[in-house]
Amino acid sequence: MRGNTVIAGIGHTAYGKLPGRSTTSLNVEASRKAIQDAGIDKSDIDAVFVKYPTSSYRMMYGQTVAEALGLQPRIGGVWDQGGATNISMISYAAMAIEHGQCEVALVTIADNPRTGTRQAYERGWGDDAVYGWFGTPAGYAMIARRHMEEYGTSCADLGEIAVAARTHALTNPHAQLKRPLTLDDHAASPAVVDPLRRDDCCLISDGGAAVIVMSRKRAAARGIPSAVPILGFGQGQTSWDVAQRPVLTTTAASVSARTAFGMAGMTPADIDVAQLYDCFTIAPLMTLEDYGFCEKGEGGKFVRDGAIRLGGPLPVNTSGGLLSETGMPGMQLVIEGVRQIRGTSTAQVAGADACIVSNQGGIMTTHSTLILGDR
Amino acid sequence: MTSVPHPEITPLTEPYWTALDQGRLTYQRCSSCSHTWLPAREQCPRCLAEEPAWTEASGGGKLISWVVYRRAVHESFNDKVPYTVAVVELDEGPRLISSLLPNGVPSIDAPLRFRPATVDGIGVTSFELAD
Repeated sequence: MRGNTVIAGIGHTAYGKLPGRSTTSLNVEASRKAIQDAGIDKSDIDAVFVKYPTSSYRMMYGQTVAEALGLQPRIGGVWDQGGATNISMISYAAMAIEHGQCEVALVTIADNPRTGTRQAYERGWGDDAVYGWFGTPAGYAMIARRHMEEYGTSCADLGEIAVAARTHALTNPHAQLKRPLTLDDHAASPAVVDPLRRDDCCLISDGGAAVIVMSRKRAAARGIPSAVPILGFGQGQTSWDVAQRPVLTTTAASVSARTAFGMAGMTPADIDVAQLYDCFTIAPLMTLEDYGFCEKGEGGKFVRDGAIRLGGPLPVNTSGGLLSETGMPGMQLVIEGVRQIRGTSTAQVAGADACIVSNQGGIMTTHSTLILGDR
Repeated sequence: MTSVPHPEITPLTEPYWTALDQGRLTYQRCSSCSHTWLPAREQCPRCLAEEPAWTEASGGGKLISWVVYRRAVHESFNDKVPYTVAVVELDEGPRLISSLLPNGVPSIDAPLRFRPATVDGIGVTSFELAD
């Protein structure tokens, strides 16, 4: 499997507040741009994988998008693993291609929680809403607290994740947040749900993004110059309810990474740059641990002193991530991974030839990993 | 003033909430493999056997983690902030979400004690630090 498929094209809409745009229209725009980027014809596509929009759940939405694209796919549909969906769909596309189920897959996401409804992120957690147990941030705060108490992870460690992302966003013309951020700014930002502050929480954004997946052979035959090989992928999942996790401080990321590194025949030492799902600052910090870039509990220590900023040993979220580029759940990280391997990032890591990308959904409930590279 | 969201009382969950209305905390135990859990389920999540039994908890537990809401997500909690929500592990094993009372400085794995409480006339759980 390793390297048999590639990401041949990438595309995305503007990010931020896009009033009056339907998710279907955003999916079509992102797809058109990905098709143009790959230099293929729309009619080459015979698979359409779509992430459901959080702002409005509609039955068989994948078919709605395919219809708007004027396509009748051989394989596809809508997938729901929350924020882990995009990389998982890319991996299913790669497996489908490998097994002759399709040849050229479009993987696309669009959502408009900013101008639509953000209800998905603020709902009560079943009967426990009677205790005031509401919203996605609180779930991450529950995990962050345990990590801070158990390992001494500090507010400043979480702040460094936010500051590094913002620093990278400053050179990205597509990033929503362009105001410089310091550790002091982060520490002074309003408390939301302790121990998380406003600047620990990602943006909520409208937007669409898409990628084209095909076999490496086909991309070579078509002379697609900027196709980026998929070296490995994996997934891992745990309980829906945070209270039901036997261990709060280790996530399904460890299982997902083991599968992905195994497929790629690589270790963390082979990775030059990482795009780690940062819906909340605690998430990439724990992903660094679970992926094996440092020991469990050492994530805080790892990120100190600029290690994850451009120029450090492992630059993380070089386009600004969910915290500063856009709140879109995950595809922008894949697109930035592709740019790093192509050498076209606005925060380019010199000589980057292996990038790991993480996606995760729910409250660290679902996880998927993608390793992109040149080798 | 909006009332807090009430739990959905179903034939499955009714015994749990009725016991809390009486100030008793209960959990489910598998009649087949003795596994214990919350919240209510039709089947044992370990051996998948049917018809678990309700058992009264001792009321002892420990603090797995907690958060403090500084602003309300739901308007019915506007006058309650700051308030604390915790993950609690009962001595008998089940884990649950509960309110944590402000009687001291919390720390992970601190011993806790169940205190019956009511919200809008509904019996609910709360826990306090057991010194």
